[in-house]
Amino acid sequence: MPGVSPEFSEARRSASRARLLIAGVFLILLLLVFDVGSGAAGLSWTQIWSAIFPWQQTGDAAHFIVWELRLPQAFMAILAGAALGLAGAEMQTVLDNPLASPFTLGVSSAAALGAALTLILGIQLPGVPAEQATAASAFAFALLCSLMLDQAARRMRIAQQGVVLLGIALVFGFNALLALIQLLADAAALQNLLYWMMGSLSASRWPEVALQALVLISAATGSWRHAWKLTALRFGEERAGSLGVDTRGVRRWALLRVSMLAATTVALVGVIGFIGLVAPHIARRLWGEDHRWFLPGSACTGALILLAASVCAKQLSAHVEIPVGIVTTLVGIPFFIFVLSRRRNH
Amino acid sequence: MLENLHCKLGTRHVLRGLSMKPVTAGQVLAVVGPNGAGKSTLLRCIAGFLPCEASRMQLDGIDLRPLKAARRSASVRYLPQAAPGQLHLTTYECLKVALHAQEAAPIATSQDRIATIANALNLGDLLPRYVDELSGGQKQLVWLAQALLHQPRALLLDEPLAALDPNYQHHVMRLLGRLASEKKLVILVVLHDLNMAVRYADQVPVLHQGEAIAQGSPNEALTPNVLARAFQISARLEHCGQGTPVILIDELLNI
Repeated sequence: MPGVSPEFSEARRSASRARLLIAGVFLILLLLVFDVGSGAAGLSWTQIWSAIFPWQQTGDAAHFIVWELRLPQAFMAILAGAALGLAGAEMQTVLDNPLASPFTLGVSSAAALGAALTLILGIQLPGVPAEQATAASAFAFALLCSLMLDQAARRMRIAQQGVVLLGIALVFGFNALLALIQLLADAAALQNLLYWMMGSLSASRWPEVALQALVLISAATGSWRHAWKLTALRFGEERAGSLGVDTRGVRRWALLRVSMLAATTVALVGVIGFIGLVAPHIARRLWGEDHRWFLPGSACTGALILLAASVCAKQLSAHVEIPVGIVTTLVGIPFFIFVLSRRRNH
Repeated sequence: MLENLHCKLGTRHVLRGLSMKPVTAGQVLAVVGPNGAGKSTLLRCIAGFLPCEASRMQLDGIDLRPLKAARRSASVRYLPQAAPGQLHLTTYECLKVALHAQEAAPIATSQDRIATIANALNLGDLLPRYVDELSGGQKQLVWLAQALLHQPRALLLDEPLAALDPNYQHHVMRLLGRLASEKKLVILVVLHDLNMAVRYADQVPVLHQGEAIAQGSPNEALTPNVLARAFQISARLEHCGQGTPVILIDELLNI
């Protein structure tokens, strides 16, 4: 627009992006209310309101359901979705690949393998309580996968495209080992494993929510500090390096953050697909490439998607809990196709 | 100053003991040579993006050899030939990224520096526009502005005129000459067009099979013998009626 100073245009753009982010947070709060209000127990809004504000005695059952089941699951949906959205955004930037996601690098497959070793073969990390054994094994294997990728990238001096290919190879490798273990499983153990692999929020309690929150806040802080450098990476490896960015260092830290986010999320809620792939694409269309907006936008989008999927999963069946990972994939695919079909051609 | 530069890429010995005479600040050097001579490799080695060995590699008395690419960028800015992919950022945002990727600057300071460089390159009207909507020539000016924001001592430009129309080609080369003179820069620019090199460069290093076979003013460096050896052409440097130097090719010696 002629006559408008670039600083004013920039301020106007920033205000628009901020409004979008606020709208996203508002939608999350709205969906949070819906999520807490829906479930198999059939609690009325009065009961839920009374349970949340405990000066009105409502009975132990409603209080337990709201505070120990629905609220932690709803908050876990927000935090896990945000973690996957943020991880996907950073991964697509540092690997310069629009198809990159925590699952592309084999992190989820490695976590599933760790869980399988515990659920089916009874192998677990020493000193870990039995109720956390599966999650601990999943986390350990996911982290191991990430360290393997980082070391391979450093020692073999392979470029980001090579890291993606290596990740795909690891996906096939881990899935093959997983299939082998499944052959050895009895029916009950196999069903447990399959249910875990589909992704579910049902086992989320406040300690898990706290852990997820801690990891997300730590990772998000690191991402924010690198926001300018990550945006610079969009210009290409050598251009970013010529602008003074230590591209290898930025990439290494980003992969570490992605690994922590993905490993923790998979360990706590199982394999939830598609969010890490879809959320960054939606966020890029809404908030652009400036990572000061793109990263929180992708986290917000991821939280929205998972929370919406959680609400949908409860609505689909009142009697059988449908794993939320199924819903995110079934709903995510047509929505993603819709987004791509409206992709702006530059 | 560059002395005895070697660079191997895989099994290929791309640069074989390449040396260049010292250059003074304020000069534009047009690096020319046939395909595969090592022109781009030379720039990438100086910028720190390729492993290499050299007896000397100095800029303003600073030994560049122990510095990694990110550290060298304080003195040396490199613009690769390959343009970024689709990038939905405004010109103003691109310059902000270039400014803040390396340092945290107060808002007022960053606005002043961006305004200064935008005025110098006449980018004012382009600042609010998205980069992926600009023409090739306009984008080249934006990348140049990014490189100049931190006031480097040297600019390395790999085929900046590729895909530009003749108007923008001359505009960019005149701009480089002005910038070199005003800001006391050393500018190395890889060119395929010999006529642009002889018209705008102060010195022309000629590369052939990984070595610098000539370096000097266009008259000194681009002799018929050098042109024949490097480009396999029978050619000579002449001046047209208005005094503009041109390379006239009489025949091809070998295909």
